Amino acid sequence: MTQLALVIDLNVCVGCHACVTSCKEWNTSGPAGFMSDDNPYDKDPTGTFFNRVQTFEVGQYPDTETVHFPKSCLHCEDPPCVPVCPTGASYKREEDGIVLVDYDKCIGCKYCSWACPYGAREIDEHQKVMKKCTLCVDRIYDQSLPESERKPACVLACPTSARLFGDIHDPRSEASIAIREEGGYQLMPEWGTKPANHYLRRRKTRIKIHEDELIRADNPLKKEQRGPSKPVTEPTLDDSTSW
Amino acid sequence: MHPAFSVIFLTTFIGVGQGLFLALFTSESYAAVKLLPLQSHQFYAMGSAVSLIFLGLGLLASFFHLGHPERAWRAAAMWRTSWLSREVIVLPIVMGLVFVYGMSHFYGWELKTFGLKTPVQGDLTLLVGALGTVATFGLFVCTGMIYACIRFLQEWANPLTVINYILLGGASGFVLATALASIMAPALVQFFGVWSIIITALAFVFRLASLIRNAGLRSKSSVQSAIGVSHNKIVQKSPGMMGGSFNTREYFHGAPMWLFRSVKWIFLLLVFPLPIMLISIGMAQASTLLLMLAFVVQYLGLIPERWFFFAQANHPQNIYYQTIG
Ligand code: SF4
Ligand code: SF4
Repeated sequence: MTQLALVIDLNVCVGCHACVTSCKEWNTSGPAGFMSDDNPYDKDPTGTFFNRVQTFEVGQYPDTETVHFPKSCLHCEDPPCVPVCPTGASYKREEDGIVLVDYDKCIGCKYCSWACPYGAREIDEHQKVMKKCTLCVDRIYDQSLPESERKPACVLACPTSARLFGDIHDPRSEASIAIREEGGYQLMPEWGTKPANHYLRRRKTRIKIHEDELIRADNPLKKEQRGPSKPVTEPTLDDSTSW
Repeated sequence: MHPAFSVIFLTTFIGVGQGLFLALFTSESYAAVKLLPLQSHQFYAMGSAVSLIFLGLGLLASFFHLGHPERAWRAAAMWRTSWLSREVIVLPIVMGLVFVYGMSHFYGWELKTFGLKTPVQGDLTLLVGALGTVATFGLFVCTGMIYACIRFLQEWANPLTVINYILLGGASGFVLATALASIMAPALVQFFGVWSIIITALAFVFRLASLIRNAGLRSKSSVQSAIGVSHNKIVQKSPGMMGGSFNTREYFHGAPMWLFRSVKWIFLLLVFPLPIMLISIGMAQASTLLLMLAFVVQYLGLIPERWFFFAQANHPQNIYYQTIG
């Protein structure tokens, strides 16, 4: 079984919103119709998005750290939003685990959005149907695109490669390896939704240099019974002579 | 959650309709075993018509909740998994049975009308009424479970939700039955009146129980589990938008705290003690006006009750939308 998903590396996300804009651009121009906006250039702009980047500040000043946190549908493996849908418009695909909404069947009752603990679904205020991330299902299988571009728009747009895309059930995929080796985790595990998307923690990469590595303990001069010369304190010839 | 008036009216109206039907059939089954005097067919036919009107109003209100009402028929598809779908199926069944029940009374149909002889008088209405009662309880359960089945809406995810839908719907229906009886069937006023008081008092106990339970709830989710960062101090700086979105509109009630709190006291007063008082006085004075007033007051109380029921539910997604910045 395949379960496509994103792995989002919070360690490298810089909060540039490139994924948000490229997602909107790709999906508003797609065959499923536009994603409507109200007052886009005015006071109180609002609109439909599949993906948003939020910002959190962790810690107490001055020891704070900024975490940029992209959030979209997590394509849960046990999605609570699917069984509640009365029309069957919301469904999870057998073949690749993507959770989708059939816009032609959706009656816009919003019940599924109540049943998603992550707030990943948004009603389109003009088309009156429920919308959410599709993992760019209309481009990842598109044979007319070069293989390297058959990825979600957000993944291609990310300048820091904070977004990995792949089958998390395939242990050799880039996404699985990242989850396994970099400590990938899921959001709100307490609700048993088993989100397919995973996140990677902020992590510090520091090299540790011990003092004895600077003043070499294994200095070969030692073998010749001659310690390294002492730091020079009295004036040298160079200090007193001008050439 | 943001309380939608379409859903408030849907749930309160069908509650009245269901409760009224239950009241009618209760009195008829008491009469069948000669515990109450049998009433004229007109009373039951009229009562069923009123019940149908309320059920119909509820159905109508539900359409205002949908983005695509013209596709509403599709909602019957997923009854295997969705309580909403089950409600969509059971509501018309209840309406159909109430209609047949009313018609059988209106035309005085019996099973022998259709060539089936039984020794019981009024066998057809008793049969349809019994089916209707089962369907009515089924509908209450569906309505309640729509909310109770969402496990992370902790205020709702509890049997009290279903019990309260049954009791509050039942109470309003019995109060209406009392008022109707005072016009058309004075012999039943005491019977309905006493039951109204009992059910209203029971509803008070269970509604209070749910309020107390909810007051002590601890949210299972936290900002730590929501973003997966384990630090005691995490402050949201931006929700990823400037002017709000579906996420900030659908899941917050948006009322100031003083209003939110006073709504609770308003409905606690309007739904429980006031109607009980009005019914008692109304019964004592045989005053249709007071009994009608009892129903109106209780119904007007059920609107803030339902508003509060929605507003109080705190959706875990709200953790992601703590600041607009
Ligand atoms: S994140 Fe929400 S919308 Fe997406 S699959 Fe999970 S529950 Fe459903
Ligand atoms: S809004 Fe659409 S997708 Fe969601 S539960 Fe209702 S019909 Fe299903």
